[in-house]
Amino acid sequence: MGILEVKGVNKRFGGLQALGDVNLSVAENTVHAIIGPNGAGKSTLLNCLVGKLIPDTGSVMFDGQSVLGRKPFEINQMGISRVFQTPEIFGDLTVLENMMIPCFAKRDGSFELNAIPSVASQTDVLEKAEAMLVDMNMADKRHMNAASMSRGDKRRLEIGMCLSQEPRLLLLDEPTAGMARADTNNTIDLLKQIKDERDITIAIIEHDMHVVFSLSERITVLAQGTPLVEDTPENIKGHPKVREAYLGESA
Amino acid sequence: MFGLDKKDTTMLLVVAIMALFAPFILNPFPADSAMAQFNAGYPDLMQRFVIFGIFAIGFNILFGLTGYLSFGHAAFLGVGSYSAVWMFKLLSMNVIPAILLSVVMAGLFALLIGFVSLRRSGIYFSILTLAFAQMSFNLAYSVLTPITNGETGLQLTLNDPRVLGVSQTADGSIPVTSLFGLEMRSTYEMHLGPWLFQFNAGYYLSALIMLASFYLAIRIFRSPFGMMLRAVKSNQQRMNYTGLNTRPYTLAAFVISGMYAGLAGGLMASMDPLAGAERMQWTASGEVVLMTILGGAGTLIGPVVGAGFIKYFENIFSKINDNVLHQWFAFMPDGLEDAMVFIVHPFIGKGWHLTLGILFMLVVIFLPGGLVEGGQKIAAWVRKKRNKGSDDTTTKTEPAE
Repeated sequence: MGILEVKGVNKRFGGLQALGDVNLSVAENTVHAIIGPNGAGKSTLLNCLVGKLIPDTGSVMFDGQSVLGRKPFEINQMGISRVFQTPEIFGDLTVLENMMIPCFAKRDGSFELNAIPSVASQTDVLEKAEAMLVDMNMADKRHMNAASMSRGDKRRLEIGMCLSQEPRLLLLDEPTAGMARADTNNTIDLLKQIKDERDITIAIIEHDMHVVFSLSERITVLAQGTPLVEDTPENIKGHPKVREAYLGESA
Repeated sequence: MFGLDKKDTTMLLVVAIMALFAPFILNPFPADSAMAQFNAGYPDLMQRFVIFGIFAIGFNILFGLTGYLSFGHAAFLGVGSYSAVWMFKLLSMNVIPAILLSVVMAGLFALLIGFVSLRRSGIYFSILTLAFAQMSFNLAYSVLTPITNGETGLQLTLNDPRVLGVSQTADGSIPVTSLFGLEMRSTYEMHLGPWLFQFNAGYYLSALIMLASFYLAIRIFRSPFGMMLRAVKSNQQRMNYTGLNTRPYTLAAFVISGMYAGLAGGLMASMDPLAGAERMQWTASGEVVLMTILGGAGTLIGPVVGAGFIKYFENIFSKINDNVLHQWFAFMPDGLEDAMVFIVHPFIGKGWHLTLGILFMLVVIFLPGGLVEGGQKIAAWVRKKRNKGSDDTTTKTEPAE
C-alpha cells in the first residue's frame, strides 16, 4: 500500500477525456515522477490530488483517507503540500513572514484568532522559520520583500514554506519550468538534499528529463490521460512505448 | 511600553497628546480675529474628528489589511446609532450601555452581511456590500418605520419609558446623555487673552475611546492574525494551499471593522441622541473609503489623518463665502478683486466637494500611499538634505563603477 493511492480516476471536460481510468500508487519515502507530453493530463491529475478539481469517478486515498470532496486547505492539513509551476508566495510580505505563515498553519491549524499578542512574541514560530531560512540558505534575505527576489530564490522559498509544514507528501508541479540552467541545477541539488535528509514522499511532474532522471526512483508515463507504463528510470529510458509516445516526439 | 515596540509606542503617544490638547491645537487663532473661522476647536467638530477617526481605523482593518473594499460600512454606523438611541429611550441616559449595545448589534449585523458578501471577492464583494447597505438604508427609511421612525429619524421624546431614569426632567425637558452623571454636552470654557478654548466632556470621552480603538488596531496590525490578513491580500491561493482557511479570517476582519463602525455610530448618538437613515446612505460609506485612501490605506495613522482632513474640509472650507473672499482680496483693485472672487468661488462654500475631489485626485495620482506617504517623502527629503550637509565629502569621493 502506497501513501497515495489513485484508483480508476476519470475526469471529463465537456467532450475531452482529460483523465481516463488512472491508477497510480506512490510508495512512502520515494520520489515518484509523472511525465508525459503536453496535454497528457499531468496537471489535471495533480489538481485532483489537492482538491482543486473533483474527479468524475474513482478514488484518491492519502494515508488511508479519501481526499475527495475536501477543500484544498483541508487536504493540506492532512499532510500534502504543493509547489506550483510559477512560485506562489506572499509577494507583499517579507521572506521571514512568508516562512512564518506555514509555521503558524502547522501550529494553529486552519484558523486561529490570534489578534492580540505580537508576532515578535511568537518565539517558537520565529525560531522555526529562521531555522528553515538557514536550511534554504536564504537567511541573509529575511527582511527582503519576497516579490523582489529572483525566480530561483522564489522557488527555493516556496519549497521551504512547504517543508516547514512538515508534510508527508510534497507535490511539485514542474519545479524548474522557465529556469536558467544554474537555477535548475540548484533546485535539483536542493530536492536531492531534501530527499536524503527528511522522511518525505515526493511526487513530481516535470518536463525536463534531466531533472526527472536525476531525482526519481519511480516514473509513471501518462499519455492522453492514461498511464502508459510505470517503472524505474533505467527501464523507462529504453522503453519502446515511451519512446514512441514521448521521447520520440520531443527528441 | 503597552506591549508595543518603540516606534508604535511613540506613534500612540503622539496621537494621545494630539487628542488631549486638541482644543488648543485646533484653535490657533484668537476668537474674534479674521482667521477665527479656521478654528476647528469647537466641541461638535472635535467630536466628529475622533468619531470618524474610529470609523476609519476600523474600516482600515478590513480594507487596509485584507484588501476587501466594502462599500457598505455606513450600514453598521447606522445600526450603531439606532441601537444607542433605543437604549437611551428604553433603559437609561448613560452612554455606556448604549455604546455597548451599538457595538454588539453592529457586530451581529456585520456577521450576517459578511457571511454572505465574503463568498465573493474583488468588485463583486464591493457590489454585494453596497447592495446590503442600500437595502438597510431603504429598510430604515421606510419599511422599518416603527423601529427607525422613517425619514424623520429616531429621536428622544418626552414620554420615553426609560426604565433606569426619568422620562422628563423636573422642568419638563428631555434629559441629556451622560456618563454616570457627567453630561456629554458640558463644556468648560477657558478664556486666555483673546483666545477661547473649549473642553467638552463628550469630546474627551470620544477621544479616550478613539485612543483605545487605535491601540487595539496597532495590536491587531502587529499580531499573527494581522499578518494572516496581509497574506490574504497578497495571495489567497497560497493561503489555501498552506492549510489556511481564508473565509474565517476575512469574516473576522469584517466583523471587527463592523464593530468599530458600530462604536462610532453609538458614540455619535451619545453626543447627539438622534439617528437618521441618511447615516446609512452609500455616500456615507463612500466617505470612509475616501478617508482611508486619502490618509493612506494599510497604514496605522493614515485613516485618522484622512478622517480629520475630510471633516475639516467639510466643516471649515464650506463656511467660506463670497463676503469672506471679498475681505481677503480687498487689497486688490476692484476689477481684479471681483475676478479673483469669481475664480475662487466654485471651490469654496458649497463647492468644497470640488476642492476635496481635486485634492483626492492629486493624492491618488502622486501619492498612492496617501498623505502618510507624503509625510514620509518629506521626512526622507529632509533627512537627505541634512545628511548631505554633514557628509558631503564621502558621497563625492565614491568612485563610479
